Amino acid sequence: MVGSQETFSVLVEVRLRPGIADPQGATIERALPALGLKGIAGVRAGKSFRFDIVADDEAAALAQGTVVAERVLANPVIEESSVTVTGKAVAG
Amino acid sequence: MAARVGVVMFPGTNCEHDVIQAIHRLGGEAELVWHGDSSVSDYDALILPGGFAHGDYLRPGAIARFSPVMEAVSKFAADGGPVVGICNGFQVLTEAGLLPGALQKNRGLRFLCTTVDVRVETDRSVLTSDVSPGTVLSIPINHFEGNFTCDAETLALLQRDDRVILRYVDNPNGSIDGIAGVCNEARNVVGLMPHPERASDPLTGSVDGAELLCSLLTSALTAARADVA
Repeated sequence: MVGSQETFSVLVEVRLRPGIADPQGATIERALPALGLKGIAGVRAGKSFRFDIVADDEAAALAQGTVVAERVLANPVIEESSVTVTGKAVAG
Repeated sequence: MAARVGVVMFPGTNCEHDVIQAIHRLGGEAELVWHGDSSVSDYDALILPGGFAHGDYLRPGAIARFSPVMEAVSKFAADGGPVVGICNGFQVLTEAGLLPGALQKNRGLRFLCTTVDVRVETDRSVLTSDVSPGTVLSIPINHFEGNFTCDAETLALLQRDDRVILRYVDNPNGSIDGIAGVCNEARNVVGLMPHPERASDPLTGSVDGAELLCSLLTSALTAARADVA
């Protein structure tokens, strides 16, 4: 047993910043009326990443996940990211 | 004395031999530098050619920035060595922080493979030093993520400091301010989406790209001499 560290599951979502053209989202939005669906607007396409982090506590896991999100997973010039600790990973 | 150009190859790069052939044709020496190499000190200039470095996974250029060679490329650039990123190489240089801005998907969500006219906006860069500003060159583009963007503050800085080196005559991809190529503050690092190596032999329909590559070869020798002195 290494200290009291635990494994946390982290979810990072990355999407284009508001104001940056999102041709994927726009194309999806234009396709939806073909299904007979109305009133859907503001579609934005993005990516999600899930990984596990071994950390002292949830706050530390969130801090490390934020570094991964902001320095690797998102390009801050055009993208923004959000990081969530979704729970403790199942021991295995 | 011929300028020695290192052509940096990542897994997935696919324009490296086009670049080497063009450099040879224009009287320079060129050889491949593998992305795992940690030294580029043998060269007078570096070119990061087009392709799909590391499969363009995550984002174009995003993983390439972690390749061992990039530390050497950054140092070479910081020491004033000429570095040119073409297409995917431009994307790598922006992701590595050696050039400002980012390349997003083309307006209209369309892959573009065509020849476009670009206007040389300044002769104050390693890639345009021998070309008169205002010259219009006909050069192929071949990209999906070529839509240059940056925040308003960065754009104002690029415009004020004459760092937009190439603009599209008819903007094909939605790039902000029609930008096709930019340089860094020291003007020795350049990125552009058009492929000058594909317009450097009469067989390919245009030799306009040769003017840019010849400027680089001249700049390479000038930089080398300054280094030796």
